[in-house]
Amino acid sequence: MAVFPAVAQSEWTKIRSVRSTVWSLVSVFLITVALGLAISLVARNNPTDFTEGGRPFDATAISFIGVGFGRLAIVVFGVLAVGNEYSSGMIRVSLAAVPQRGTLLAAKTAVLGALALAASLVTVFVAFFVGQAALGGGLSTSLGAENVLRAVVGTALYLTLLCLLSAGVTVMVRHQILALAILVPFILLISPILTLVPVVKDWIKYFPDQTGGAITQVVPTDDLPYGPWTGLLICAAWTAAALLGGYLVLKRRDA
Amino acid sequence: MIELHHLTKRYGDKLAVDDLSFRIPEGVVTGFLGPNGAGKSTTMRMILDLDRPTSGEVTIGGRRYAGIQDPLRQIGALLEAKAVHPGRTAYDHLLWLAQSNRVPRARVDEVLDLVGLTAVARKRARGFSLGMGQRLGIASALLADPQTLMFDEPVNGLDPEGILWIRNLMKRLASEGRTVFVSSHLMSEMALTADHLVVIGRGRLLADLPMAEFIKRNSRSSVRLRTPHQEQLLDALHGAGLRAEPGPDGAWEVVDGDPVVLGDLAAAHGVTLHELSPQQASLEEAFMQMTADSVEYHMGAAAPAPPPVWGAGWNDRKPGKES
Ligand SMILES: Nc1ncnc2c1ncn2[C@@H]1O[C@H](COP(=O)(O)OP(=O)(O)OP(=O)(O)O)[C@@H](O)[C@H]1O
Ligand SMILES: [Mg+2]
Repeated sequence: MAVFPAVAQSEWTKIRSVRSTVWSLVSVFLITVALGLAISLVARNNPTDFTEGGRPFDATAISFIGVGFGRLAIVVFGVLAVGNEYSSGMIRVSLAAVPQRGTLLAAKTAVLGALALAASLVTVFVAFFVGQAALGGGLSTSLGAENVLRAVVGTALYLTLLCLLSAGVTVMVRHQILALAILVPFILLISPILTLVPVVKDWIKYFPDQTGGAITQVVPTDDLPYGPWTGLLICAAWTAAALLGGYLVLKRRDA
Repeated sequence: MIELHHLTKRYGDKLAVDDLSFRIPEGVVTGFLGPNGAGKSTTMRMILDLDRPTSGEVTIGGRRYAGIQDPLRQIGALLEAKAVHPGRTAYDHLLWLAQSNRVPRARVDEVLDLVGLTAVARKRARGFSLGMGQRLGIASALLADPQTLMFDEPVNGLDPEGILWIRNLMKRLASEGRTVFVSSHLMSEMALTADHLVVIGRGRLLADLPMAEFIKRNSRSSVRLRTPHQEQLLDALHGAGLRAEPGPDGAWEVVDGDPVVLGDLAAAHGVTLHELSPQQASLEEAFMQMTADSVEYHMGAAAPAPPPVWGAGWNDRKPGKES
C-alpha cells in the first residue's frame, strides 16, 4: 500500500509548486488583514457608527470584518488545490502513481487542512493585533477579555473547515468552475439573502457558514439555537459529509 | 507479467472493450494496434486501474494494480492526453511524482537529462511544445526505472525527428530487457519497432502473434502478368504447373512466382506480355484488411461465430515464455 508520509510530501510539493494555489492562500491573509485594518481605522474615528441599535462596541468583530472576504479566498484555495488535478487531466497521473484512492484523498486533505489551519491562525492573530492597534487604547480589546481568544482561534478553525468543505465538494463534482459555482453562492450569498425569508430562516441557521460563523463572534449578533462550539461541530459535520461524498465519488468513478 | 482476463468495458450503450484476453510478453516491445476507437486507450486505462472494468480483470504479476506498493517502480505509463499542470515546472512535476513513490530526488535530474529537457527543467509546462510535453510524459514514465513501460500513441503529433527519437528509445528500452507495450494505429510504424503484435478492432481481440509471423504471413509476394492472349498464357502456366489468380483489370497474378521463369515461359509460348511486375502486399494493407473484417462482423445483423484470433495459442505453443 502507498506510504502516507510519502504521498503527503508529494501533495505538499503539488500545492507549493503552482502559483495560483499559493496566491489564493496568501490572499486570505492579505484580504483579511487589510480590510480589518481599514475598518478599524474608520471605527477609531467614528466609534458611534459601530454601536447603532444599542449594540455594544465589538472591537474583535471590527478587526475581523475582512474574514467575510477571506472566506472567499480560502474557498478558492480549497477548490484550486483539488480542482487543478481535474482541469489539467493530471488526476490520471496522480492515480496511476497512487492507485489507493483513499490514501490519496487522505493525504491531500491532511496537507490542505494543515496549510489552511497554519495560514488561518497567522491571519486571524495578525488581523486581531493589527486591528486592535489601529483602534487604539480607548476602544481596543485584548485576548484576555471574555470570549475573545475563543473567537480568534475559532475563526481560524472555521476557515480551515470551509477550505476542506470546498475540497470535498470539488472532488465530488470534479470540476473547479462548477465547484466554485456551487460553493460561492452556498457559502457567501444564499444565507444572507435567505435569512430575510421567514419560511426558510430556521433552516438556514444550520448551513455551514452560519453554524461555523457563530464562534467568530464575541458578542452574538443573531439568536442561534446552538452555542459556538456546537455550531463549529455542525460545520465540521458538513465538512465531513463533503469529504465522504468526495471519497465515494473518487472511489467509484472512472478517472 | 501483465495478463488481461476477459476484460470488458461498457460506457453506457457503448461497448468499448469486449471480452479481451491476452498476455503482454516480457522483455520485448509489443505493438498494440487498432483503428480509432478500437479501445486501446480504454484498455490501457483499465490496466492502470483508472477505469473500472465492467467485467473481467487485469493482473500484474498476479495482483491488481491498486494492490501494488509504489507502482511507478513497476510500470511507467504515458497516457493519451498531456496531463501536466500548465503552471508547474517540469522539475516540480517530476518531483511530486518521485516523492509519491519514494524515488530519490536525484533521479529527477537524471530523467530530465535522459529526455533532453534539462535546459527547460525550471520552465512552466504551459509554454511547452507538443514534443516537449511528450518528452516530459516519457520522463514521468521512466522516472522510477520500471521494468514495464506503457505508451499510448507516443508518436502522435510529433515531427519526424521526434518520431525517430521515440522509436530509438523503445528499441533501447527493449534491449535493456524491459517490457514495452505501445499503442499505435500505424502498422508500418510498429513493423519497425515491435517484436510482438496485439491487434484489436471494436474492442475485440483480432490478432496476438509475433511480429515476424505477421510479416511472414502477410508479405505475400506475387508476379502480375498482363497480356492480350489470356487463353494461351493460362495454358502455358497450366502446362508448367503454375496456378494463376485473377488480378485487377484483367491481369493475372502468380503467387510466389519468379519473374525470370515467367518471362521465359511467355516467350517460349510466343505470348506477348504487356506487364510483368513483382507485387508486394504492404503490412498496412494486411492490417486494414484484418480490421475491416472486424468492422463488418460487428455491423452485421446476424452475428456469425467470431473469427478465429490470429496467432491464438501462440503463447501456449511457445515454451519458456511464461513467467
Ligand atoms: N469515458 C468514456 N465515455 C464514453 N465513451 C468512451 C469513453 N472513453 C472511450 N469511449 C469510447 O470507447 C471507444 C474506445 O475508445 P478508446 O479511446 O479506447 O479507443 P482508441 O483505440 O484509444 O482510439 P484512438 O486510436 O482514437 O485513440 C470509443 O468508441 C470511445 O468513443
Ligand atoms: Mg486512444
